[in-house]
Amino acid sequence: MELPESYYQLLEKIQQVDFVLVDLTLYLDTHPDDLEAVKQFNQLAYESKQLKAQFESQFGPLLQFGGSFSSYPWNWKDAPWPWQV
Amino acid sequence: MWLYEKKLQYPVKVSQCNPRLAKYLIEQYGGADGELSAALRYLNQRYTIPDKVVGLLNDIGTEEFAHLEMIATMIYKLTKDATPEQLQQAGLGDYYVNHDQALYYQNAAGSPWTATYIQAKGDPIADLYEDIAAEEKARATYQWIIDLSDDPFLNESLKFLREREIVHAQRFHEAVEILKEERDRKKVF
Repeated sequence: MELPESYYQLLEKIQQVDFVLVDLTLYLDTHPDDLEAVKQFNQLAYESKQLKAQFESQFGPLLQFGGSFSSYPWNWKDAPWPWQV
Repeated sequence: MWLYEKKLQYPVKVSQCNPRLAKYLIEQYGGADGELSAALRYLNQRYTIPDKVVGLLNDIGTEEFAHLEMIATMIYKLTKDATPEQLQQAGLGDYYVNHDQALYYQNAAGSPWTATYIQAKGDPIADLYEDIAAEEKARATYQWIIDLSDDPFLNESLKFLREREIVHAQRFHEAVEILKEERDRKKVF
């Protein structure tokens, strides 16, 4: 499947931000009183939402079961799946 | 419940078709210290572990499924263009006879995944020490696979996974300390 370079660039940005969110989540699970970490988490959660909105407007929904909006016709089920890119 | 997100946690690229490497990698798919074992172990322990550390088990268990998907993607990409002859030369002739190109939960030596790979003792300290050991064993396994691999793209993803095992072990150590603190506080009163 031919995908434009922008697909990979935008996806990688999302993966970077979301990785920090995963790592911060685990850190905060054992350090719940770290205010700076909570602030950083919320800031990155906001950035992740912005990046995903941009990605989804070009390449379709990222999240299942209503986590993302659908266009018409229904495009959640469309390739590419993550292991195909 | 869970929501699927249509992306890998970290990019997976491979240089070329390499079924030999896939044969080794399957250890982390359906082996004792692999990602399936990890995800099922932690998510299953959640129900009876003290509230203070449920969140950590829930979140690490969830991340393990993202790692499982990365391993699956590696195996898929390394084998999808392989001919039956290439699979046979890589030691996957027996595998091909049973599964064609399909993925299967087994270890590198061909033993199918079994629930005996995971424990659930109910004692929170015992369970967390098992989890720490599992992370250290998974980290070591990633290192041995990296040592055998000559694919620089694949190694980048494997090093990411190896580092995650270290972080998880660190968080589980902290969880043990949190529970010990709580236990000692109860003794004081």
